[in-house]
Amino acid sequence: MFEYDFMRTAFAAGAVVAVVAGAVGFFLVLRNLTFAGHALSHVGFAGATGAVLLGLDPLWGLLAFTLAAAVAMGCLGDRLRNRDVAVGIVLSLALGLGVLFLYLYTTSASEATAILFGNLLGVDIAKLWSLVALGAATLATLAAIARPLLFVSLAPEMAEAKGVSLRLVGVLFLAIVAVAVAEAAQIVGVLLVFALMVAPAAAAQRLSARLGLGVALAVALALAETWSGTALAYATDLPPTFWIVLLSCLAYLASLAKPTGLARA
Amino acid sequence: MTLVRGGRIVLAEVSATIAAGQFVGVFGPNGSGKTTLLRAILGLLAPVSGAIRVFGRAPQAFRRGIGYLPQQRAAVGDLPIRGWDFVASAWRGERWGLPLVGSRGRAQVARAIQQVGAEAIAGRRLTQLSGGELQRLLLAQALLGEPRILLLDEPLVSLDPHFQQTVVALVRQIQRAEGITVLFTAHDLNPLVGAMDRVLYLGNRRAAIGTVDEVVTDAVLSDLYQMPIEVLRYGKRLIVVAGHGPVEAEAHRHDV
Repeated sequence: MFEYDFMRTAFAAGAVVAVVAGAVGFFLVLRNLTFAGHALSHVGFAGATGAVLLGLDPLWGLLAFTLAAAVAMGCLGDRLRNRDVAVGIVLSLALGLGVLFLYLYTTSASEATAILFGNLLGVDIAKLWSLVALGAATLATLAAIARPLLFVSLAPEMAEAKGVSLRLVGVLFLAIVAVAVAEAAQIVGVLLVFALMVAPAAAAQRLSARLGLGVALAVALALAETWSGTALAYATDLPPTFWIVLLSCLAYLASLAKPTGLARA
Repeated sequence: MTLVRGGRIVLAEVSATIAAGQFVGVFGPNGSGKTTLLRAILGLLAPVSGAIRVFGRAPQAFRRGIGYLPQQRAAVGDLPIRGWDFVASAWRGERWGLPLVGSRGRAQVARAIQQVGAEAIAGRRLTQLSGGELQRLLLAQALLGEPRILLLDEPLVSLDPHFQQTVVALVRQIQRAEGITVLFTAHDLNPLVGAMDRVLYLGNRRAAIGTVDEVVTDAVLSDLYQMPIEVLRYGKRLIVVAGHGPVEAEAHRHDV
């Protein structure tokens, strides 16, 4: 299958996105922010369809909307807690807007499907370089804030007492999540970013109680699922998104078999 | 100094000096300003009038030298990571960059874990630990970097009486060995009576400080709360009760 350009591009794009999603996802799960990741992807749908309407690459619309929403969420911070209804309504509005933009465009169903469920095999070289550049920026920023991020995630009051700005670190991290969501959506679509960002990280945290090993495992799982899913898609002629989501689900289920004593002794 | 939190004056023109190396128990009803006082010492809250000096410096300038154990949050026990990594996350956690601990940090983490006798539990996940074991790790985290001051906010809450004594004895022993100044807030003063050098009583926006015998008396507490208060001695135990004051009797009750 490596004789085809589009397959080589798909494997490369999948690798970039899997590494970013696995690493960012680990902190997302650790901080109990999986719902924020989900919310950002929904907001991104309106951005992606809006970009299509304007004749732009949906990636940039997605990125603009997820970043704006991430900064807004980060600034609201704790005030968003217990506001499930308000957040849910904003998300519905975002999806509604996305539907409107799609209707105004040419009511093209294939474009909608690609945004909602991803289109790994349709990634071209230009898109691949965009993904590489965004991925590198995301990982560099994550590396720069990883230390205080870990501190505020595990011991927020003490971090505050040592002079760490909870808000600054929180906003920076959500911005990182926004870019990672936009990347993951290129592979599995806005509806299924959970499969790449949350499932591998959650499985990794069940498999290891060590932080460094946990991040490595999350990245390795996301990468293995993405590559295997792509290969299976080639062999079976079924959508790669289906295989990636299925594999990430199975990997998480398998991790449940390992006793971790999550129930308090 | 005067401390205001949430638009409410919590402490009004309170003045107190704590000598270096003392173990000070901080008491008072809910809302009397125990946590607010600790936050002010940490430099997270500036007095609206007056000033706080920590070893002669502004609180922000002394951050490195203060170990802090915040009121225990249930969330800590939900973290699926091992105790060692939890303690280590506080080692120079305020710096940017990757969370690499390094050999000096590793030695500090090992030292703090050994000080609280948590070697056996440091390899386990926080989700597997009891409240008392979590409290030990939080204390180890506060001890990282050899602080000169320890601020412990309600470390006895939700611990059984036996373990309360263990925590107090542990803190006392570390405080003695390292010459650390300790501020230890609690609801009931009895577990701390044998360990404390000084008592700081907060209430009614005011404060009284001194030894147990000086402060925990009918006269001082009645004056502090502006209502009749009786201190009953029952064996070695002290029971503070509000007299038939018309207001807020419940607020001054101590959990015994």
